[in-house]
Amino acid sequence: MTLATFPASEPKPSWTRYFSFNTDAKVIGIQYIVLAFFFFLIGGLLAMIIRGELITPEADLVDRTVYNGIYTMHGTVMLFLFIFPVLNGLNNLLIPTMIGAPDMAFPRLNAVAFWLVPIFGVLLMSSFFVPGGPAYSGWWSYPPVSIQNPLGHLISGQGLWLTAVALSGVSSIMGAVNFVTTIIRMRAPGMGWFRMPVFCWTALAAQSLQLIGLPSLTGGAIMLLMDLVAGTTFYDPAGGGDPVLYQHFFWFYSHPAVYVIILPVFGVFSELFPVYARKPLFGYVYVALASFIIVGLGLIVWVHHMFPSGVAEWMRNLFMFTTMLIAVPTGVKVFAWLGTLWRGKLRLTTPMLFCLGGLFNFVFAGITGIMLATVPIDLHVSNTYFVVGHFHYVIYGAAVMGIFAAIYHWFPKFIGRMPYEGLGKLHFLLTFVGANLNFLPMHPLGLMGMPRRVSSYDPEFAFWNVLASLGAFLLGVSIIPFLLNMVSAWVRGPKATHNPWNAIGLEWLLPSPPAEDNFGEHVPVVISRPYGYGLGQPLVEHQAEIEQALTLAEQQETAR
Amino acid sequence: MTSAYPAPDAESQHAEAHEKHNLTGFIIFLCSESVIFLAFFSGYALLKTSALDWLPPGVEGLEWRMPLINSVVLVSSSGTIYLAERAMARGSLWGFRAFWLLTMALGGYFLYGQAVEWSSLQFGFTSGTFGGTFYLLTGFHGLHVATGVGLMTLMLIKSFIPGNYSGGEQGVQATSLFWHFVDVIWIILFVLIYVWQRS
Repeated sequence: MTLATFPASEPKPSWTRYFSFNTDAKVIGIQYIVLAFFFFLIGGLLAMIIRGELITPEADLVDRTVYNGIYTMHGTVMLFLFIFPVLNGLNNLLIPTMIGAPDMAFPRLNAVAFWLVPIFGVLLMSSFFVPGGPAYSGWWSYPPVSIQNPLGHLISGQGLWLTAVALSGVSSIMGAVNFVTTIIRMRAPGMGWFRMPVFCWTALAAQSLQLIGLPSLTGGAIMLLMDLVAGTTFYDPAGGGDPVLYQHFFWFYSHPAVYVIILPVFGVFSELFPVYARKPLFGYVYVALASFIIVGLGLIVWVHHMFPSGVAEWMRNLFMFTTMLIAVPTGVKVFAWLGTLWRGKLRLTTPMLFCLGGLFNFVFAGITGIMLATVPIDLHVSNTYFVVGHFHYVIYGAAVMGIFAAIYHWFPKFIGRMPYEGLGKLHFLLTFVGANLNFLPMHPLGLMGMPRRVSSYDPEFAFWNVLASLGAFLLGVSIIPFLLNMVSAWVRGPKATHNPWNAIGLEWLLPSPPAEDNFGEHVPVVISRPYGYGLGQPLVEHQAEIEQALTLAEQQETAR
Repeated sequence: MTSAYPAPDAESQHAEAHEKHNLTGFIIFLCSESVIFLAFFSGYALLKTSALDWLPPGVEGLEWRMPLINSVVLVSSSGTIYLAERAMARGSLWGFRAFWLLTMALGGYFLYGQAVEWSSLQFGFTSGTFGGTFYLLTGFHGLHVATGVGLMTLMLIKSFIPGNYSGGEQGVQATSLFWHFVDVIWIILFVLIYVWQRS
């Protein structure tokens, strides 16, 4: 490793590369994340309209059919245009740098997969402007509602929805093939499976789930599209079809989809807790393997979404049992993180606060999850706000907070500048209070029997709804310090060193931001397990020399 | 390719450096693709076993003799593509092209037979779940056969580019793998649709 690896005089790449068909995973990663947050604002605006409508018991803000379209699009945008793209952005940034690869295995396929996202995003948005408005059957798109086409046009909101979701599936499969191949084939010398960072384990697990689950939704969606436009009767009982069949196809993917979302966030927790507690990850091997136990179990729990859908009694019992089993591997992880924090030297930075808040919310969501897995409780609260509350605790309370943690933690590495701590902590405070104020009241509402997907309700539900709406508006405000922080830090934040958090990992042995081909030809040889905090053993051969060279290059940079 | 790499065009170097991973990626993709068929097959089985009147009025069942001949053609093409790969491994480029072309012809014959069968049937795509699943399964599989023939055409053309086939060619391996995959799917499909008949 010589100084020549870090050319100080390299011309600064143009910002226009973020708007081009670029094959560098780090550019694609940032493209994914920025685009995802653009759609996050749209999905958030829809959420504000929903909560604005629900602040009073009467349906007074928007028309009822418009309301149906708004909650359908809120769910669809947030899942297919925010959370999957933002996670793919993290995968693109972190997987190659963490395993020491110069790029993804298939850089062009990677760029194609990204550019499909704006295409189906525009397609989905265009459904607001077709006659009859956007799809209004909820993000599940259950038949028979989703196979109605009352206006009779070939292009309907539902048809556009199905096309967009199918394209999203194509993009995700391209991404998954790429991520899995990269992790299997391109690890640094010496990085055996059990020297791989946990984020890569969880990404591998999540992307395997995409590969197994997503085709089921694609198949089901093709049949739904045929029913909608070609006149087949796969899901129409009048023609011998079965609407419950669609529910099987849908949930066989869409339940594991929740693990696709939460597994990388488990990876983020496992990366960040050791950094900010200055201790090795407790039970590394078990945390890594638990991801794959979650994959295995996650594929055999989907019927718990269908307990009231007329499935056989034996299925209810079986799937209640498998769903509860999921608590074991997730519990292993939670205890491993607690073990990591135990007696650690905690540094309460912004990323650490988001991790702690996310972990807290996740444990709460896990408890209501076990409640929902229980058939008698599920039958009682199915289709009520209890389910909505549980789901949003997982997705917003845990997953989105973990994503924010990851963004604050790795921002210095890939942008080369430090985000501001004050704004970050304000963002955390607003997010944590807002999320809990928004989603906690949904649980009593559900237990009282308030159904989801309604725009008017009985006045007795008013109190909790007002609280929830206030929480939602707080969440709406919480994004302002975040955006302010990101934009100002990107433009004029203090320069980041190669390792501002004192973290251990291959990505922290690269300059900030890394060169286009990361380590290039000089990939360090990994000689120990990750997370060796406080153990005093180097991660790679010649680690001291590498760090010295990086520091020297940084000093020369500041001197100029 | 150690030192002579031209530095300025970093972008394309970047993109082409990892061609060796193609086969791994393709195998992963095929595993995923098989789940769509699994979904269609299980949907078909569920609709069929729960149907009160499976066959639409006026339809007696499916004629299986022609499709059986078609199946034999497709399954034997798996053999010829294997022979083509063997020829290539021996370094006989013309042997490879001959067996490869034969495989393409057998695939083409299968598609022709499928088209003849479709045009002779008494029911359509919208004739209940029977017609819907029949055309969905055979059509989706036919699309894969057509894709396979297309890939083989591409590989055949590539084989005439000088210097392209010096080492083991991953494109040929991937196409061959895809062809075996399409074949196995057809065998399952044949059993599910033509062998398992009920009135």
